[in-house]
Amino acid sequence: MSNRLETRLGEIVLKNPVMPASGTFGFGMEMSRWYDLNVLGAISLKGTTGEERFGNPTPRIAECREGMLNAVGLQNPGVDAVVAHELPQVRAIYDGVLLANISGFSIDEYVMVAEKFDKAPEIDILEINISCPNVRHGGMAFGTDPAAAEEVTRAVKAVTHKPVFMKLSPNVTDIAAIAKACAQGGADGITLINTLLGMVIDPRTGRPIVSTKMSGFSGPAIKPIALRMVYQVAQAVDLPIIGVGGISTADDVIEFMSAGASAIQVGAQNLVDPFACPKIIRELPEKLDAYGIGCVQDIIGRSLKF
Amino acid sequence: MTQGYYKILSNAEIAPDTWEMELAGDTSSLRNPGQFINIALEGLYLRRPISVCHYEDGRLTIIYKVVGKGTRQLSEMAPGQQLDVLCGLGNGFDVEAARGRKAAVIGGGAGVPPMYDTARRLIAAGCDVTAILGFATKNAAFYIDEFKALGARVLVTTDDGSMGIHGFVTDALAQTDCDYFFACGPQPMLRSLHCTGIPGQLSFEERMGCGFGACMGCTCHTLVGARRVCQDGPVFLTSEVTFDVQ
Repeated sequence: MSNRLETRLGEIVLKNPVMPASGTFGFGMEMSRWYDLNVLGAISLKGTTGEERFGNPTPRIAECREGMLNAVGLQNPGVDAVVAHELPQVRAIYDGVLLANISGFSIDEYVMVAEKFDKAPEIDILEINISCPNVRHGGMAFGTDPAAAEEVTRAVKAVTHKPVFMKLSPNVTDIAAIAKACAQGGADGITLINTLLGMVIDPRTGRPIVSTKMSGFSGPAIKPIALRMVYQVAQAVDLPIIGVGGISTADDVIEFMSAGASAIQVGAQNLVDPFACPKIIRELPEKLDAYGIGCVQDIIGRSLKF
Repeated sequence: MTQGYYKILSNAEIAPDTWEMELAGDTSSLRNPGQFINIALEGLYLRRPISVCHYEDGRLTIIYKVVGKGTRQLSEMAPGQQLDVLCGLGNGFDVEAARGRKAAVIGGGAGVPPMYDTARRLIAAGCDVTAILGFATKNAAFYIDEFKALGARVLVTTDDGSMGIHGFVTDALAQTDCDYFFACGPQPMLRSLHCTGIPGQLSFEERMGCGFGACMGCTCHTLVGARRVCQDGPVFLTSEVTFDVQ
């Protein structure tokens, strides 16, 4: 029997639909101390910008019911250091699909970083983050306006032949309109959702806990919103979707694929359970058996008919 | 780094809101004093990082202060119950660096626990150790006899003068001829120690996401670049740290 967990993102074949989300997995090396990364369907690497970034001051992290908030602020060593040091290291221990996650503060920056990852043989897919809520200017600004989203997509597509997945922000009124604009710009796929803009305040002092006051909300609490948005985007565009937001179990994976995702990302759960991804991958066949499902590709978008 | 289930052997309040918990489980990933564990608690999303006070042959002791929901819940747990623990996190103190020196082991309040094994390891290596333990008040003090039992010279300071030296750990340090130190405590204490110009190692605290270097939630500025408190620290050399940024 062929691999029942196998799925596709356009031409690219994943041995299973489970990959860690950007920002929760570094560039892979930290997590390789917990388990062999080759069990994963793919890896979305830490968001990368043109120049090195320290990110935001601490505290960058807060907790809430069934979730967390973060304002890391795109800390990364810059694209040249990532290409020179991080990619060869992770490639030496991992054979599977790698997504470079690209952020920028201008269209020129997105293009410059995309060109460099286009030339890096380690990278299979470019995931363009137009949805970071934790930086001023740039980031989410490109993901909340359809015209800007289309422009970034078009500009990046012009400099690469690798598949381009646009990572969308949920902090919009009409997610389908943004997805359609990305499709119009030539996107090969859509990743959604990034974190929701949220806030936690210390009730004793009234002081916001995270240094940036507002920050990105993730974890199991956001799953119904992410699922709804995947469902909406699946109806709006004819592109492969990577679903992400609050996934922590094999049932969650099945729900997202039913809503229209071809693959999924696990985010915050990696931080509280470093074995979250391999556990979900192990659990998936049992769940498929329990529900009488042959293989995961059979269920992609099956909820759309209801 | 290892993940495992650890059985609670004991859990007792040793000073107001300060609890000592002994756990049984795999200690093979612990290398140095000053490393920490990250504990999952029912109904709370993020784990709680707590420094290791002492470990030996499949047993470890943590001492924690009840400051919020997580530590409150921890204090309500009973012997026999199990905890999901990530063990062996962080770098810990490098006691070898004090070889041939007169070492001070300095803890402030909730920063005292990791200094216990640090003192023990130094004494085992033949070092002459002065333990400086700072507390807010006499009532909050703990582990003074335990440090004495290790064979350390113990100096206690209290902010209100109710016990030992009336003042801060730096006042006690000035009364010694120590030429190297290991310290854990609140940021202002670490900053004051850094200002003395005496070389040493400082253990920092920060709100963490994962505790094992994946999320970049606890990054600090150092003179050698951005460093993650959880993975590159929590212990940094006085020659690396800066208190000028952030």
